[in-house]
Amino acid sequence: MGGGITLEHFLVLGLILFLLGAYCVLTRRNAIGILLGIELMLNAANINYLAFAFFGGARYDGQIFAIFVIMLAAAEAVIGLAVILAIYQNLRTIDVDATETLSG
Amino acid sequence: MEHPLTVDFVRWIVLLPLAGAAINFLAGARLQRDFGKRVISLVGCGTVLAAFALAVYAWAAMLALPPADRFMLDYLWRWIYVGKLRLDIAFWLDPLSMLMVLIITGVGGLIHIYSTGYMHEDESYWRFFGWLNLFTFSMLVLVLADNLWLMFVGWEGVGLCSFALIGFWYKELSNTAAGNKAFIVNRVGDWAFVVALYSLFTGLGAAGHPTLVIRDVAHWAPALAGMPGYFGMSLVTFVTLLLFAGATGKSAQIPLHVWLPDAMAGPTPVSALIHAATMVTAGVYMVARLNFLFSMAPATMLAISTVGTLTAFFAATIGATQNDIKKVLAYSTVSQLGYMFAAVGVGAYVDGVFHLMTHAFFKGCLFLGAGSVIHAMGGVQDMRLMGGLRKRLPITFWTFLAATLAICGVPPFAGFMSKDAIIWDSFAHGQPALWALLWVGAGITAFYMFRQVYMTFFGEFRGTHDQAHHLHESPPSMTLALVVLGGLSVVGGFVELPGFIGRFDPFGNFLVPVFNSPATRRVAQSAIENRGLEAGFGVLSLALVAAGWFLADLIYRQGSASFEWVGEIWGGALYRTVLNKYYVDEAYAAGPVAAVLETSRASAWFDFHIIDWIVNFAATLAVFSSWLSGRLDRYVVDGLVNLVSNLTLEAGGRMRRLQTGSINGYLYGILAAVTLALLVRAVLRA
Amino acid sequence: MTHPLTLITFIPLIGMVLILICPKGQEKFIRWIAVLFTLPQLLIAGWLYANFNTSTTSVQFAEHYAWIPAYHIFYFLGVDGISISMVLLTAIICFISVFASFTIERGERGYYALLLLLDTGMMGVFVALDFFLFYVFWEVMLLPMYFLIGVWGGPRREYAAIKFFLYTLLGSVLILLAMLGLYYYGATPTFDMVELAANASHYSMTFQRVAWIALFIGFAIKIPAFPFHTWLPDAHVEAPTAISVILAGVLLKMGTYGILRINFSILPAASHEFAFWLLGVVGTINIVYGALCAMAQTDYKKLIAYSSVSHMGYVMLGMAALTEAGINGAVLQMFNHGTITAMLFLLVGVIYDRAHHREIAGFGGLASQMPMYAALTGFAFFAAMGLPGLSAFISEVLVLIGAWRRYPMMTILGAGTAILTAGYMLWTFQRIYLGPLNEKYKGLADLTPREFFMLVPLAIIVLILGVYPHAILGLLGASLNHVNQAVLMAHAPAAAILP
Repeated sequence: MGGGITLEHFLVLGLILFLLGAYCVLTRRNAIGILLGIELMLNAANINYLAFAFFGGARYDGQIFAIFVIMLAAAEAVIGLAVILAIYQNLRTIDVDATETLSG
Repeated sequence: MEHPLTVDFVRWIVLLPLAGAAINFLAGARLQRDFGKRVISLVGCGTVLAAFALAVYAWAAMLALPPADRFMLDYLWRWIYVGKLRLDIAFWLDPLSMLMVLIITGVGGLIHIYSTGYMHEDESYWRFFGWLNLFTFSMLVLVLADNLWLMFVGWEGVGLCSFALIGFWYKELSNTAAGNKAFIVNRVGDWAFVVALYSLFTGLGAAGHPTLVIRDVAHWAPALAGMPGYFGMSLVTFVTLLLFAGATGKSAQIPLHVWLPDAMAGPTPVSALIHAATMVTAGVYMVARLNFLFSMAPATMLAISTVGTLTAFFAATIGATQNDIKKVLAYSTVSQLGYMFAAVGVGAYVDGVFHLMTHAFFKGCLFLGAGSVIHAMGGVQDMRLMGGLRKRLPITFWTFLAATLAICGVPPFAGFMSKDAIIWDSFAHGQPALWALLWVGAGITAFYMFRQVYMTFFGEFRGTHDQAHHLHESPPSMTLALVVLGGLSVVGGFVELPGFIGRFDPFGNFLVPVFNSPATRRVAQSAIENRGLEAGFGVLSLALVAAGWFLADLIYRQGSASFEWVGEIWGGALYRTVLNKYYVDEAYAAGPVAAVLETSRASAWFDFHIIDWIVNFAATLAVFSSWLSGRLDRYVVDGLVNLVSNLTLEAGGRMRRLQTGSINGYLYGILAAVTLALLVRAVLRA
Repeated sequence: MTHPLTLITFIPLIGMVLILICPKGQEKFIRWIAVLFTLPQLLIAGWLYANFNTSTTSVQFAEHYAWIPAYHIFYFLGVDGISISMVLLTAIICFISVFASFTIERGERGYYALLLLLDTGMMGVFVALDFFLFYVFWEVMLLPMYFLIGVWGGPRREYAAIKFFLYTLLGSVLILLAMLGLYYYGATPTFDMVELAANASHYSMTFQRVAWIALFIGFAIKIPAFPFHTWLPDAHVEAPTAISVILAGVLLKMGTYGILRINFSILPAASHEFAFWLLGVVGTINIVYGALCAMAQTDYKKLIAYSSVSHMGYVMLGMAALTEAGINGAVLQMFNHGTITAMLFLLVGVIYDRAHHREIAGFGGLASQMPMYAALTGFAFFAAMGLPGLSAFISEVLVLIGAWRRYPMMTILGAGTAILTAGYMLWTFQRIYLGPLNEKYKGLADLTPREFFMLVPLAIIVLILGVYPHAILGLLGASLNHVNQAVLMAHAPAAAILP
């Protein structure tokens, strides 16, 4: 396996993906963009789970968590999109800066 | 003495006037309206005259008894029986009370008849006779009482009648004020009187004989000798001093004499009956009645004779300056009462009582004469507006003159027998200073009495023409009393001749059983007996009386001497002081009366502003504390509950600020928090 | 008669029920119902008087039934020398005050109903011999009084009524506490006053003192003793005439009656100990201070009220004397004060009904317009002054003669107050009745027959008791001397040394 792909590669990939996602979440004003960013961060986490599971011995914890996360992401996306839809119907925009009516 | 004769007619002497009073008070107004004043006169005079007849009958019955047994008891019913106190309604007739009963019903009856003329025009005729009868009843109770509390019933009863009759014309406020003064001043004396009875009863109780029945007190009085009393005095001295203080009130002696001159506000028959002949002598009677006690207390005796003498002297000086015909006689009465006290004070009880009797004759006559004059003058009492009345009122004049000679002590008139005896007694019992004052007082008496006679009956008439036209002699109903009393003033003294003239004293003999206690006999025996000296002193007195008469004659009849310089002594201060009665009234008003009024005002203030304030303050405090607890409930107990909810609300309100609604903000927040958490962890690790 | 005391107490209550169910529109009958139901009371009182055995100290006409057996509470009525005169007084005063009430025109139904309830309460207090029953009647009487003053009173009625009510309630609470103390600390738990008195020596001295003071304050408020007296002038001034009559005539006596019945009988040792200061000195203060305050009053009724304070002082002084004369005089004074003050308040009512004010300075010369009224007032005034021959004289003399040996100074002060009394009475008489007639009152009518027949019987009683006081004194002697002896003999009991 020399010169092959090691755990570090996966971790670096996950980190890059996570940072990209985080950046996307923090900078995007479009609500859907933010959702996409979150999706990226979740998948970065999934990569880490799988990598640890693969390199950590014959254990399935990582896979199971990853499947959970995917399922969670799907549910989250559904709710998130529903909320965005509701915001759009009320405010005719999906710009997150316009959602300050919730401000206390 | 052990078993006094029990009779059942004495009660009627007392009850008849009471019945008269009851009829006049309860039915008088109607009787007078329906049947005229004649019925009232009949009831009023009839009952008293019937009582007099009965008294004469009693007298005859008494004279039939051997002298040592001249006592009669009339028992009616049990009055107060509580504990050791046993008092009956019972009347006790002995020579002394017999004499008083005769004076009261006799002189009183005459004055009743006189009143039918004097009061004839008054619309409240029935009320007048009701009170007059009630007075007679009370006075009889006073003198006939078998125990001291019953005596006190009469004692205050006459005070009540005196009050009512002084203020008889009650629509004039000053009359009622005089009545109030009389009653209240008398109450001061009565205060001492009742306290004396309390301590006497307790003292006799301590000696094993608790009683207030007079004959029993007389019997057991020696047991009190040496018993300690109060305020450092022996019991007997304490009791007798207080009793005498009571007598000063009733008999108008210094310092309680102030009410009597004011009492002249009453109708003149009242002045004659109550304020000259009977009620005011009650004090003298009481001292004589309790002679067995007084004789045991030399200190009290000295006080009595001193007060009596001073009163006799000072009242005479005031009498010499007055211009009101009745005021002169009032001060004269005070003065003569002083003579009586001077007599009983030195132990000459018989002479004191003798003067009491003759005084009832001549002073009754003088007052009734003055009333006759006032009647003729249409109510004027100022002697400066009279004069020359002797021609128009001859009967009045002659009787008045007879009584004047009697009071001055001109022999052989009644006053000479009694008053001269008193003046001599004071010397005979070793009181030369008192003798001197009494002697000078007799001279002043002659002066003011003849001053009065001359101002009233001699010279030219000084009133208005109208009055001169209406001058007339009084009707027979009035002159009858004048003539009888005038006659008695002339001959009334012959029952007891002065020792230097001859041994003739049925009066004294009659009274002997009353003044027979060991102590009284001891006091009587201490007097010196010297006929020659007594006669000499009599001449001395006569000389001074003649001088007083002469002086009055010079000034007021002949007008040949003027004594205006007397008014200038000490810049007039002396004259003004005497004229204003030595400012005693003013002293009372400024002293005790003002003090009581101030105290009463202060008490009422204290009651309202301090005690009631405390009560109200306590109530306010209760209201305040309930308000406070209400607040406490609302703000502390409820407050804690509210505090929790409020804190939650408040916290929520503050936390709400974090909820900006800016999703980016949240996201940065999350980032910052995670970073911070990581940093903290790193630091902690390190 | 089998149950005279139950009858005399509860007959007015039947009248009250009848008045309450009296049909609307028939109000004119109400007052006659009240008359009809107080008259038998008076007759029974007369019967009691005639059949009373004067030679025994024991309880007579007793009725004894179980009421709440679990707590030893009995329906126990009876009279002895201490209470018989008060029963008589209550019957007389209540009967007369019904007639005095005829001037009430507002809310007659409620007024007469409360009056009869009050009557039952007062009578009950005097005949009850079970402490619990006594207390119940004591409270029963309180409430009607509050409403009678507070509803039918004068302009400041609410203030006066609440003052009366709170003051008396304070006293009641203290009495209640003492009662429970006597019950629980007694030899056997009982409310029976006769039994309590028989076991008087059981209580420790400390307990006696505490209970005595509590009871004393409770009763002193009723008397009213200085310094608890200020409710009285206010209550009198505001109360309607008939209520003033009852208040002064009967209610005040409950205080002194309570002291005799409970303090003296049940706590003799403490009574002996406190007689000087709390009865003697306070009584003397009452006498002198009441008279001084009366002298300064400008309101006719207030003056009479303060004179009551003064005269009730004699009762206390008489009890303090611990002599036969003193204690007999005290109870006789209670009776005499009841009749005389009732007269005085009726007389004030007469003029208030006509002139509608009571300012002494506002009258003058009424004697020439209303001679009969003035004459009866004079009679009552002199009776109040203690004129010999009238009833109050006898009682005051007995009180003072009894007090002399133990308390000479107090006796001197008490006797001297007669001067003050004469002063303010005569001064008042002069200002109202004598002098020139005030033109304003030229048209006033003299006494009506109703007023006349209220006053004259009282006057006759006053006169008769002045010359024949034995009529009342004869009833009292045996029981009172017994009580007095008990107090005199009582010293600190053996139990006092025990913890």
